[in-house]
Amino acid sequence: MVLAESGFSSPRNDAFPAGLRVLVVDDDPTWLKILEKMLKKCSYEVTTCCLAREALNLLRERKDGYDIVISDVNMPDMDGFKLLEHVGLEMDLPVIMMSVDGETSRVMKGVQHGACDYLLKPIRMKELRNIWQHVFRKKIHEVRDIESLEGFESIQMTRSGYDLFDDGHFLSGDDTTSGRKRKDADNKHDDRELSDPSSTKKARVVWTVDLHQKFVKAVNQIGFDKVGPKKILDLMNVPWLTRENVASHLQKYRLYLSRLQKESDIKNSFIGMKHSDLPSKDSTASFGPHKAMNMIPDDVPNGTYSFSASNSLAQNVDLKGQGDLKGITSAPVAEPKGALSIDIHDSHEAKSTQMSFDHSLGSVDSAVSFASFNSTTPLQYPWTEIPEIQFKQEGEPLHLENGFSQLPLPGPSMIENEANRSRIEVKPLLDECRSNFVEHLGPVGAEDLFPIQSKGQSLNNQVFDLISATKSSMKTQDVGLNYLADSELALRNLNASGVGVPLATLSEDLQICWLQGDCYPMNYGLQDLECSTYDNPALMAETPFHLYDVLRFDHEHLFDPTEYYAIDQGLFA
Amino acid sequence: MESKHVHQQIAAMRQSFFDEEVLDEFFSQLEQLEDQNNPNFVEEVFTMYFRDSTTLLETVEQAMKTISITLAKLDKILHQLKGSSASVGAKKVLNEINKTRQVLEKGNLEGTKAGIWEMRKEYESLKAKLEPYFQV
Repeated sequence: MVLAESGFSSPRNDAFPAGLRVLVVDDDPTWLKILEKMLKKCSYEVTTCCLAREALNLLRERKDGYDIVISDVNMPDMDGFKLLEHVGLEMDLPVIMMSVDGETSRVMKGVQHGACDYLLKPIRMKELRNIWQHVFRKKIHEVRDIESLEGFESIQMTRSGYDLFDDGHFLSGDDTTSGRKRKDADNKHDDRELSDPSSTKKARVVWTVDLHQKFVKAVNQIGFDKVGPKKILDLMNVPWLTRENVASHLQKYRLYLSRLQKESDIKNSFIGMKHSDLPSKDSTASFGPHKAMNMIPDDVPNGTYSFSASNSLAQNVDLKGQGDLKGITSAPVAEPKGALSIDIHDSHEAKSTQMSFDHSLGSVDSAVSFASFNSTTPLQYPWTEIPEIQFKQEGEPLHLENGFSQLPLPGPSMIENEANRSRIEVKPLLDECRSNFVEHLGPVGAEDLFPIQSKGQSLNNQVFDLISATKSSMKTQDVGLNYLADSELALRNLNASGVGVPLATLSEDLQICWLQGDCYPMNYGLQDLECSTYDNPALMAETPFHLYDVLRFDHEHLFDPTEYYAIDQGLFA
Repeated sequence: MESKHVHQQIAAMRQSFFDEEVLDEFFSQLEQLEDQNNPNFVEEVFTMYFRDSTTLLETVEQAMKTISITLAKLDKILHQLKGSSASVGAKKVLNEINKTRQVLEKGNLEGTKAGIWEMRKEYESLKAKLEPYFQV
C-alpha cells in the first residue's frame, strides 16, 4: 500500500486516496508519532518533521513530492500560519491546520491564511481518513482553471505549440474544480510531468510577450493576493517553464507594478510608443494594425496581453478592435478618433480593462496602468487622453508615420534591435515625457521583444522622435494596449496591416502606444505589467503608463495601436 | 490462567480509567492504532508523553518562580502541555490544564499557581495509575 509506493515519481494510479503523500509538521513528538501511525493506517505515505523550516526545505526539495501538508498551529520556530502561507504561495499544496485550541478566532485565522481545513486535537482517525478530499478538490479546480484558459490558451498554444490539456495540466495546487479533468491519478501524474519538463530546462527563460501574457493572465486568474509561482505555472501551462522561472518573474512583475504605481504620476511613460513601424498612415495603415489588433484581442479573448510575458496581468488587453486602432504606432495623426477600447482581460476575472481610449488625448493618465491589469482593476486606458504627452511634435503627426514607413518591418530581429535603439532614442526624445517611461523602456531591451518589436523598433525610434517632440498627441485611443503578449499576434497584425508593429517588443517595457489609426495617442498603460503590485488599481488608473500622459499629445498623433507595450520594464531586465 | 487473571486486571484497570475520567475516548483511539507491528504502541506513546510533560511541568514550575514571568509564556507552555495531554487522552489532566489557562487569562497569578498545582496532581496520579497498567 502506501509503503509500497516509491517516491514521487509514481503516479498514484491505484486506488486513490491510498498512497497520498502527507507531510506532517508538529513540534510535539508524541503527536508526530500518533499521527504517523494513524496516517499509515489510512494507507497514506507519511513523512514527519518537527520543525517548520525543515518542512519547508523538504517541500522545496521535492516539488510535487507531497500532496498535502498537515501542520500544527503552535510551533516554536515558525508560526503555523506562516508556514501555511509559504506552502500556499510556493507550492500551492493543500494545508490542514491542527491544534488543541479550537477557538473560532483561530480557526478563522487558519482559513484566512488559506488552510483547507482545521482539525482539533486530539484528532480522530476518521478525520484523517478524509483529508484526501482536499487534494482531490484542488485538482479539480485546477483542471477547471486550465479549461478556462483554454480559449485564451489556444492562441498561445498554437504559438507555443503544445497542447494545453493533453497533459492534463493539473495545476497541482489550485483548487479548481472543473471536475472534468481526470482524476487525481492523472492529475498527479500530470503535475509531475509538468514539473519534470520544466525542471529540465534551466536555461534562461526569455519572457516573451506571449509568455508574459500568459503569466499575467494566470496571475489575474488566480487573484493577485493569492498568487503563487506554482499556481501561475500551472495555469500558464507552459511545459518547459519552471517554477523558479515563474517565481522570479513574479517577483519582477510585482516590482514592476509597484514601480508603475509610483510612476503613474509621472508623465513620462510615453515611451511606450514603440510603434512598430507602422508605416501606414493613419488611416489606411492604421487599419491594418488595427485589424491586427483587433485580431489579437479576439484571439485572446481575455486579452491578457502579456507583454513580454512578464506580467500577465495586464495582458489582457483586448483591443476591441474598435475601429480606431489603426495600426499601432504611428500615425500620430491628428485627431484621436477611434476610441480603442481595449479590453484587457485578465485572465481571470475578465478584467477586461476596457481601455477606452477616448480620443481625447488628454486622459491618458488613467488607464494606463497596465500593470494593474492583473486583476481587478479594469484598465482603463484613457488613452485617448494622453494628458501629458508632450510630444513636441505637434505639428507633425505624420512624422511618425513617415518614420514608420521607413521602417519596413525589417523583421523581428531587426526590429528588436531597432527597438532597442529606439528605446534609447526615445529616451532623449521623451524628455518631456518623464523619463521614467523611458527607463522602462530601457530595460526592456531586447528581451522578449516581440517580433514585431523589431519592426517597431525602427518605428519606435521614429515614433519616439515624434512623440517626444510633439508630445505626440497620441491618440491613444483605446489603444488597446495590445500587449500582445503574443508578439506574434502583434506582429501578425502588424504585418497584416502592413505595419510593422515593432511595438512592444521592446521587452516588456515597451509600452506600445497604440495609436489609433487616427493618431490617438496610445497609452500604454498596459505595460505596467511589471508592476509588482498586481492589483494596482491605482496603477491602472494612473497608468503607469505615463505613456498616456504622453499620449496626451497635443498633437494628435495617431499611433498605431499595434504597438505593444513592453511593459515590463524592469521585469524583463 | 494467570494470564487470564492478568487480563482481567488490565481490563479492570482500564475500565477504571474511563470511569474516573482519567482517560478519555482518545485513549481508545490509541489502542486502535496498536497492531502487530506495534504491540506496545500505547505504552510508547505514554512514555513519550510522560517524558515530555515532565519537562514541561518543570518549566512551568520554574516559570512560576521567576518574578518576571509573562503570562504569555506561561500560557504557551500550558498550551503545549495541553496538546500533549490530549494526545494521550489524559482527560483529567487536560481539564486541569484548561482550568488553569482560564485562570491565567484572567491574570490571576495566584489562581494560576493553584491551577498548576492541581494539574500536577492529576498528572502524577495518571502516571501512577498507568505505570502498573503498562507493566501488566
